[in-house]
Amino acid sequence: MHIVVCIKQVPDTAEVRIDPERGTLIREGVPSILNPLDAYAVEGAVALTERNGGTATALCMGPPQAEAALREAIARGCDRAILLTDRAFAGADTWSTSYALACAVRKLGDVDLVFCGKQAIDGDTAQVGPGLAVHLGWPQATYVRRIIEATDEAVAVERLTDWGNETLRVGLPAVLTVLKDLNFPRLPSLVSQMQARRCPVERWGAGDIDGDAAQFGLDGSPTRVVKVFTPPVRGACVVWQGEPQKTAAKLIETLRREALI
Amino acid sequence: MALRIDHAACTLCLRCIEECPYGALAQLEDRIAVGEACTFCGLCVEICPVAAISIEAKETERAEAGRGAVLVYGEHHEGRLHHVVFELIGKGAELATTLRCPLEVVVAGHGLPDVCAQLAGLAVDTVHLVEHPALAQYRDGPFGRTLAHLIGELRPAIVLAGATGRGRSLMPRVAVLCRTGLTADCTGLEIESETGDLLQTRPAFGGNVMATIVTRRHRPQMATVRPKVMTPPERKGTARPRVRRWAVPSELTASRTQVLARQAGDQGPVNIAEADVLVAGGRGLGGPEGFKPLAELAALLGGELAASRAVVDAGWVPYERQVGQTGKTVQPRLYVAVGISGAVQHRAGMQSSETIVAINSDPDAPIFQFADYGIVGDHREVLPALIERLRAARAAEGAEDE
Ligand SMILES: Cc1cc2nc3c(=O)[nH]c(=O)nc-3n(C[C@H](O)[C@H](O)[C@H](O)COP(=O)(O)OP(=O)(O)OC[C@H]3O[C@@H](n4cnc5c(N)ncnc54)[C@H](O)[C@@H]3O)c2cc1C
Ligand SMILES: Nc1ncnc2c1ncn2[C@@H]1O[C@H](COP(=O)(O)O)[C@@H](O)[C@H]1O
Repeated sequence: MHIVVCIKQVPDTAEVRIDPERGTLIREGVPSILNPLDAYAVEGAVALTERNGGTATALCMGPPQAEAALREAIARGCDRAILLTDRAFAGADTWSTSYALACAVRKLGDVDLVFCGKQAIDGDTAQVGPGLAVHLGWPQATYVRRIIEATDEAVAVERLTDWGNETLRVGLPAVLTVLKDLNFPRLPSLVSQMQARRCPVERWGAGDIDGDAAQFGLDGSPTRVVKVFTPPVRGACVVWQGEPQKTAAKLIETLRREALI
Repeated sequence: MALRIDHAACTLCLRCIEECPYGALAQLEDRIAVGEACTFCGLCVEICPVAAISIEAKETERAEAGRGAVLVYGEHHEGRLHHVVFELIGKGAELATTLRCPLEVVVAGHGLPDVCAQLAGLAVDTVHLVEHPALAQYRDGPFGRTLAHLIGELRPAIVLAGATGRGRSLMPRVAVLCRTGLTADCTGLEIESETGDLLQTRPAFGGNVMATIVTRRHRPQMATVRPKVMTPPERKGTARPRVRRWAVPSELTASRTQVLARQAGDQGPVNIAEADVLVAGGRGLGGPEGFKPLAELAALLGGELAASRAVVDAGWVPYERQVGQTGKTVQPRLYVAVGISGAVQHRAGMQSSETIVAINSDPDAPIFQFADYGIVGDHREVLPALIERLRAARAAEGAEDE
C-alpha cells in the first residue's frame, strides 16, 4: 500500500503577539512549524503502513524552508519526502494548491490513499483535501476519527458529523482528512531525528509535474485577498472579585441587561 | 506574478517586515527585498502606510457571467431544511436585491417532503428540486457532482452554502468541478459597488486577522457561511416559490462510497458549533466531577457543554465538545469559560464569540485579556452561587407566569 500524506508548514500562531499600542499582530520572528493537525495525518499514514505494509510518502508544497516540516514527517516515520517548490507555485489558493498536489500524486503513480489534516491553522479553510480528491477523481471521507479497516480495495472509517458519527466504506484510491481524535502521534526519537536529517528530500518544480502551468500559483488561483485587517479589539474586561454571592449576582444582572440570558 | 515594491515611495518604516506572517521580507541596505517564502498573501500591501507595495498578477479571462441568480444550497436532514439555509436566504435576498437578480434555492435528495412549504413567505423565486434514488442518503461525491451539474445549467452569479460539516466537505468539491473560487467560513458578505463582485470576509489565523476575498474572473462566486452569523428573514405572507424539477444523469450519482451506519454521538446529537450559548470547562475544574455543576449551569442558560483540550485529553469530556485549534471553532452569543487559562490554541477556536465570560481563580490568567466579563474566584464557590441565583430567578419567573 502506498500512502501519501500532505503536510503544510505554517507560522506558529501560538507565537503571535499583539502590539499593545497599535493593536496589531507582531509576526516578526514567528517560527514555522508543521501544521499541528497534520501530525495526526502523518501518524495515521505511518501506522497504517506499519500494519498493512507499504510506503508512506510525505508531500508538501511550499518555499525551500518547508523542508523542515518534511524532515519532521520523516522523523515521525514517513519513508520518503517530496517538496513541491517553485516560484510558480507561490500565492496559490486552495484550488491551485490542490491542483498542484494532485499533479504530484499522479506523478507518483501507484498511490492508494492520501491523508490530509482537517485544516491548516493559517488559512483554516479545510478545502485542500476535498479539492485534491476531485482533481484526482477520487472519493473522500472528511473528519475521520477512526480507521476501522483498510484492505487493498477499500477503507472503512468512522467520521464525525454535525449529527454524531457516520461509518463509511470508501473504495480506493481515496482521500481522507483526519481529526485529532484519530490517534496519539508518536514523538520523534533522537535517533529518528538524526536519520531524518540525513534522509534526502526530493525537490520537484513546476516542470517536474505534469500539469497546466497556467493553473499554478497566484495566476491559477480564482480568489484574491483584497484586504486583511485585525478584528475590532474588545473593550477591557470588566472583572469582579470577592464574595461569590455578590460577584455571581453582578454577572447575572449584567447578562440580563444585555439580554444574553 | 510578482510582489512589486516602489522603492521611491518606500519610507523604510519596516512595518511590512514586522507584519509578514511568512518572514519573507527583509531590509537590504536602503531597500526592502522579497524572499522566496512570500506567498502573496497581501498583508504587506494592506498595511503599507504609503502604498508602496503591490501585487501584479496575470488575470485570466472573465468567465461568462450567466444570468446571475444568487443560488443557496438547501442542506437538509430527511427533508427538513437546516437553519443555516434560512440565514443564507436572509443574506442572499439582500445580495439579490442589490444585484437585481433572482434568489433561488437548490435541494437535492430522494422522496423529499414538501420543501416549498418550508420556504413559504420568503423572498425565494425558484426552488430547484433534484431527486434521484442514489441521492436518498447524503454522500459528498454524488451530491457534489449533482450540484456542479446544476450550476453548469443555471449559471448563477453567486452560490452560498452553510459552513457546516457537510457544507465544508461538499463545497470544495463543487468549486473544483466548476473551476471557480470558494471562500470558506465567511462571516460577512457584501457587494462591491464599483464592480458588483462579492466581497467575502472571513476570519483567518485562528480569528487573529480578518481577510476579505473576491473571485474576480471566475463564476460563480462561491462561499460557505458560518451558521448563526446571518439573521434569518421574517416571513411575509404565505406565497410559495416556483418549483422546477430536475433529473440528473445516473453517471453523476455513481459512487465508490457506501454509508454503513449513522448514529448520534455519545450524549445524543451535539454540535457545539451551532449552540447559542456554550459553557466550557477546563483543567481548573479539577476532575470529571467538576463538570456536573457546569452541566447544570449550561442547562439553566439553555446552552451546551464544551471543553478545553486539556480535559478532553484527560478523558473527562468527549472530543466532539473540544473547542480550539485542534477542536471546533465556535461563535456563540455567549461563551462562559470556567477554569480555562485561555491559551492561544483555545482562543483560536472561540475568540469570535459575541460575549465572553471567564471564571478563574487566577487574576492573571490570559483569558481575562480577551474576555468581556470576568469573575476571579474558585469555581467551587462561584458555580453554586450562579446556579442558586439562576434557579431562584427561574422559579420566580415560573410563579409570575402562573
Ligand atoms: C498544537 C496544539 C494544539 C492545541 N489545540 C488546542 C485546542 O484545540 N483547544 C484547547 O483548548 N487547547 C489546545 N491546546 C492546548 C493549550 O495550549 C492549553 O494547554 C489548553 O487549552 C489548556 O487547557 P485549560 O485551560 O483547561 O488548562 P490550564 O491551562 O491548566 O488552565 C487551568 C485554569 O484553571 C484555573 N483554575 C485552577 N483551579 C481553579 C479553581 N478552583 N477555580 C477556578 N479556576 C481554577 C487556573 O488558574 C488556570 O487558568 C493545543 C496545544 C497545542 C500545542
Ligand atoms: N501547501 C500544502 N502542501 C501540502 N499539503 C497541504 C498544503 N496546504 C494544505 N495542505 C493539506 O490540506 C489540509 C487542509 O488545508 P487547508 O485547506 O489549507 O485548511 C492540510 O491539513 C494539509 O494536509
